[in-house]
Amino acid sequence: MSEKLVIIGNGMAPGRMLEHLLEQAPGRYTVTIFNAEPRVNYDRIMLSPVLSGEKAYEEIIIHGDGWYIANNITLYKGHKIIAIDRTAKTVTSDHGVTEPYDKLVIATGSVPFIIPVPGHDLPGVLTYRDLDDVQAMMLAAQSRAKAVVIGGGLLGLEAAAGLNAQGMDVTVLHVMPTLMERQLDPAAGYLLQRAVEQRGIKVITKANTKAITGNGKVAQVELADGTVIPATLVVMAVGIRPNSALAKEAGIAVNRGIVVDAGMRSNDPDIYALGECAEVNGQVYGLVAPLYEMARVAARQLAGDEAAAFVHMDTPTKLKVTGIDLFSLGDFAEGEDRQEIVLRDAAAGVYKRLVLKDDRIIGTVLYGETADGAWFNDLKKKQTDISEMRDTLIFGQSYQGGAPLDPMAAVAALPDDAEICGCNGVCKGKITGAITAKALTSLDDVRAHTKASASCGSCTGLVEKLMVLTIGDKYNPAAVQPMCGCTTLGHDEVRRLIIAKSLKTIPAVMQELEWTTSCGCAKCRPALNYYLVCDWPDDYADDYQSRFINERVHANIQKDGTYSVVPRMWGGVTNAAELRAIADVVDKFEIPMVKVTGGQRIDMLGIRKEDLPAVWADLGQAGFVSGHAYAKGLRTVKTCVGSDWCRFGTQDSTGLGIRIEKFMWGSWTPAKVKMAVSGCPRNCAEATCKDVGVICVDSGYEIHFAGAAGLDIKGTEVLGLVKTEDEALEHIVALTQMYREQGRYLERIYKWAKRVGIAEIKRQIMDDGDKRKAYYDRFVFSQKFAQVDPWSERVSGKDKHEFRPMASVGFAQAAE
Amino acid sequence: MMNWIAIGSLSDIPRRGARCVATPEGKVAVFRTQDDQVYAIDDHCPHRGGPLSQGIVHGTAVTCPLHNWVISLETGKALGADEGVVRTIPVRIEGEHLFIALEALASRAA
Repeated sequence: MSEKLVIIGNGMAPGRMLEHLLEQAPGRYTVTIFNAEPRVNYDRIMLSPVLSGEKAYEEIIIHGDGWYIANNITLYKGHKIIAIDRTAKTVTSDHGVTEPYDKLVIATGSVPFIIPVPGHDLPGVLTYRDLDDVQAMMLAAQSRAKAVVIGGGLLGLEAAAGLNAQGMDVTVLHVMPTLMERQLDPAAGYLLQRAVEQRGIKVITKANTKAITGNGKVAQVELADGTVIPATLVVMAVGIRPNSALAKEAGIAVNRGIVVDAGMRSNDPDIYALGECAEVNGQVYGLVAPLYEMARVAARQLAGDEAAAFVHMDTPTKLKVTGIDLFSLGDFAEGEDRQEIVLRDAAAGVYKRLVLKDDRIIGTVLYGETADGAWFNDLKKKQTDISEMRDTLIFGQSYQGGAPLDPMAAVAALPDDAEICGCNGVCKGKITGAITAKALTSLDDVRAHTKASASCGSCTGLVEKLMVLTIGDKYNPAAVQPMCGCTTLGHDEVRRLIIAKSLKTIPAVMQELEWTTSCGCAKCRPALNYYLVCDWPDDYADDYQSRFINERVHANIQKDGTYSVVPRMWGGVTNAAELRAIADVVDKFEIPMVKVTGGQRIDMLGIRKEDLPAVWADLGQAGFVSGHAYAKGLRTVKTCVGSDWCRFGTQDSTGLGIRIEKFMWGSWTPAKVKMAVSGCPRNCAEATCKDVGVICVDSGYEIHFAGAAGLDIKGTEVLGLVKTEDEALEHIVALTQMYREQGRYLERIYKWAKRVGIAEIKRQIMDDGDKRKAYYDRFVFSQKFAQVDPWSERVSGKDKHEFRPMASVGFAQAAE
Repeated sequence: MMNWIAIGSLSDIPRRGARCVATPEGKVAVFRTQDDQVYAIDDHCPHRGGPLSQGIVHGTAVTCPLHNWVISLETGKALGADEGVVRTIPVRIEGEHLFIALEALASRAA
């Protein structure tokens, strides 16, 4: 019989503890978790990048739902434990679930400290603690109004930067004379304040908040000196205190936090506590590294190793605000027995200070240039005598012993026990060891196996250098391939930032995302134009100069500079009048070649550019519209004759094909989209190698996707079976919209599907009705702006400059 | 002595775009950059003769629509790893009006 382990709280510390425990004592415990937050375990350190729009919630999940299922762990989401009965050894949740335990782990974390000023409970006053807070802030930020952040510490500044990135006018109030005074000395605090202010965030120090006022909701913040600051959002980020109320009520010893011994055990031998709610040797902790150390110790204790003990360590602090480099470690107060080495470079915005005692580093503050942080940390931890290199110490590791080392050599020179990842306490030797032993070749692999750079990510560069040093060329650092030479960002990041920062023009994207060229290149411009067309269908003005010539003139350029024209034939069906009109056009414009395409329509090749509008005018008379044969968009829906004619047909495949084509024509997509509908499994329309295909069967419509029959050949995947034509259309449209929103420019559906996973696509389109409907609705909305026949527009005179020369010169002189 | 011939006005060409001027020896492509500089080159890619006027204009370069060669509008030379050069034609801007120097054309025609 396995023992029952109950965990109260599902933050990063208990999550990490479980990982260790599952490794060290698999099957020993039956685990049940109660999480007051209605979600899985996510990386709380990364909430700031979520707030600033640089990351999405999905990207910061540590354990997805599948992890709990795979490890047979019961997770009660949104259940707050309200009572612990130590006699009966049970816990009870606010939803009435009572669970017995053999061992109990309390990991209730901390609660934000609220300054008890008048008005602190008004609507519009938030704290900065969990995803709900972040979502509330992002919602408030949509107003682009004024926000006040009370607290100029780590959390307050990250909140301010995030709100600023979301477009709010932010003021930071800080009660002390300089920012982050617990981690920074005044000089670095001053530099930080200047950098924060340069981002357009106002900072008021020595600010004593007297009251928050407003009629029913926040309107302003009043300071003790009489200053009044208007604000519709107030974020309190003045500190946290351990959340130990539940333990206290249960009669467990509580001081500032829940008092535990070095083995993380409370005064009840069956109850452990860890994380921010725990107090060890009189200290409580808030940074992730010591919390993970607690998790390691608790797991070993639970696995039976009673010798495992927590040891205090100093943890470096880093600020996660893009563009501000800051590192602080240890003790940097001045004292008679201490000496300091300071380096200032005002022009470069660099400030470095080392505090020494008995020729050993005891504290470090780095601002603007933090690459040597790991090295200083290592010297401090090992209590290295630095007297030999004292003169050059402040210049960093590169300057020790002769010529400066390049960054790669500096990493190579680090000892095996040098700490690389501060969050997870991973040293160099462990990383290089894992790379070699497990033949790891990607950053994700290294993260999965060692946890290095898996939390705040700031040591990613170091980890990548270690990969290069260990396996050389086998490591492909371009895991994120930049879109093009104009940026270091990949397609996915650009797409996310376009939405997060509400970027609605190409110049805005290039400015905000720091493009290195003035107006992009032929690779990024069409991609950006597509992303903006897709994401802001009503707001964005299509930039034709950023489209490839075919999409600019709505025909296909040929090798001799002439064009080909393909009118739409819905579902591949035509009639005598249409064929006659095509024949007349071919005669009139002396079109040299007419060919039937693979998509069941007719291509006219060799048309001079100047003739295009006239050709379209004649075709338009017969009812033809553009077939978009040139577009990264919906091309054709190929059909067979189906139940109307075929003796095997099970459904009206021709009718469904026409219906899909009429619904979806004109939509732009990351790459071309070709579809087909076959009326029976004999599959005469070849639907199983298309981007999207339908095979009609007696019981309904089997929807296929992610096929290919070009550079690659690949049969389709089955999305699922639906009963009616209406459902088939809704599913196909939703799938296409999902692809439109996530695909990288020029990435066909099969490549996109491989990247995001067939199962995930099925989950969103087949299983999640709300998601499907939302995708469908967004597609329908964008079609309002997309379904305009480009040919008739140009017949009416749009873009006429495209089709004729601006002048004819020199002919007269030549004739003379 | 340059023989300047009027070809139209700046506003005839879209920014980051091009228009053609027909001449007895084929088309000349006249480009207007994002910051309103104007360049003229033969509308004929040194690679396979693609119509450069149809390409995407970025900075002071154009990418040929046929095989993505990138041609400098200032020098007419292929950029990057490709090698080739296309003739450049002098352009003058007077207020809104654009002129190209045609004696090169005339001398060749003669």
